Amino acid sequence: MAGLITLFISNVVISNVVLTKFLGMCPLLGVSRKSSSAVGMGLAVIFVIVGSSIFTWTLYYTVLVPLGLQYMDLITFILVIAAFVQFVELFLKKYSPSLYKALGIYLPLITTNCVVLYVTLDNIIQGFDFVEMLVYSFAVPTGFMLVLYIFSTIRERLDQSTVPAAFKGNPIALIVAALMAAIFTSFVGLV
Amino acid sequence: MKAFGHFLLSLLKENPVFGLYLGICSTLAITTSLDNAIGMGVSVIIILTISNIMISSIRKITPNEIRIPVYIVVIATLTKAIELLIRAYAPAIDVALGVFIPLIVVNCIILGRAEAFASKNTVWKSTLDGLTMGLAYTLSLAAMSIIRQVLADGILSLSNPFTNSIVFKINLIPAEYRIAIFKEPIGAFLTFAFLAAGVAAVQNAHAKKDGVK
Repeated sequence: MAGLITLFISNVVISNVVLTKFLGMCPLLGVSRKSSSAVGMGLAVIFVIVGSSIFTWTLYYTVLVPLGLQYMDLITFILVIAAFVQFVELFLKKYSPSLYKALGIYLPLITTNCVVLYVTLDNIIQGFDFVEMLVYSFAVPTGFMLVLYIFSTIRERLDQSTVPAAFKGNPIALIVAALMAAIFTSFVGLV
Repeated sequence: MKAFGHFLLSLLKENPVFGLYLGICSTLAITTSLDNAIGMGVSVIIILTISNIMISSIRKITPNEIRIPVYIVVIATLTKAIELLIRAYAPAIDVALGVFIPLIVVNCIILGRAEAFASKNTVWKSTLDGLTMGLAYTLSLAAMSIIRQVLADGILSLSNPFTNSIVFKINLIPAEYRIAIFKEPIGAFLTFAFLAAGVAAVQNAHAKKDGVK
């Protein structure tokens, strides 16, 4: 149990997926203009990652390994992710229109979010068992959501401040990311 | 000479990395040394060119509704092939780049060019597009990695990944003046921000000049 808590905390703050592994930069720069959309995107990413991790992990160990087809992992995983995102979109559209309205525009973007593919591949590389896989695939997108939310609140204020012309928009946002990365390095040694 | 100048200008004005912010995850992550940048850049040139050729040659028989899954399967197959080739012939690159080689699948540049260019143009044009876009990506990676490597390690070096022999190695900054932070994530974000601001400044200056005309 202690091991699982360590795994969770270290992947949320210490080796944060955005600030130490630089994954999910596109949504970070694209969707982080409003804090409400940051939360929506974060929740959608958590749901898709946990769901597709369960699928890909099970598929890898029950189909690919017995058949000796481990080299098909990349193609299988990306198709599972794309199909899962599509399925979630259709399901929500039919059974929960309000949630679909809230998450709708973010869902198609998630297929090309590199965090999703990274987590499904890393579950296999790290050799996690089922429970570790669940904790890991919940922790990584939680870290993503945390950074996305903090980042969006900073950006809301940034929009109203004067910035040199060349730094307007994304360059200044990356300076902010650099400062956040500096702050997050102080979490090293927490666990 | 004029053609070269035009090429350099279009590299600055329509740069896929610093201008359009495509494929920046891997740009930030792997540019700690010139070796990594060249390894990643060449892999992307190969995958991007072949995927452009394949997608452009099947563009007339691809049903519009399922085009994105088709592109993803093509790109994923090529990426896996390159990953296996790198693991077999250049293990040093495989160790250094790690999970970022399979993540080329979700590099926005490749899917972006497939959707925006190869699906609408002839095979020959798409080949050229793949080569130039890949080259622009490689040069952007190289620019970033040179800055980071020189500031953090004080040396600029390039080694042959197939034999692990050193091609060249130049000592530039004495050990006591090196800024180790440029190897860290903070340095990656800072270098990227300043390069992107530089590209934006060039774009702004040109927009102004064109406006006066």
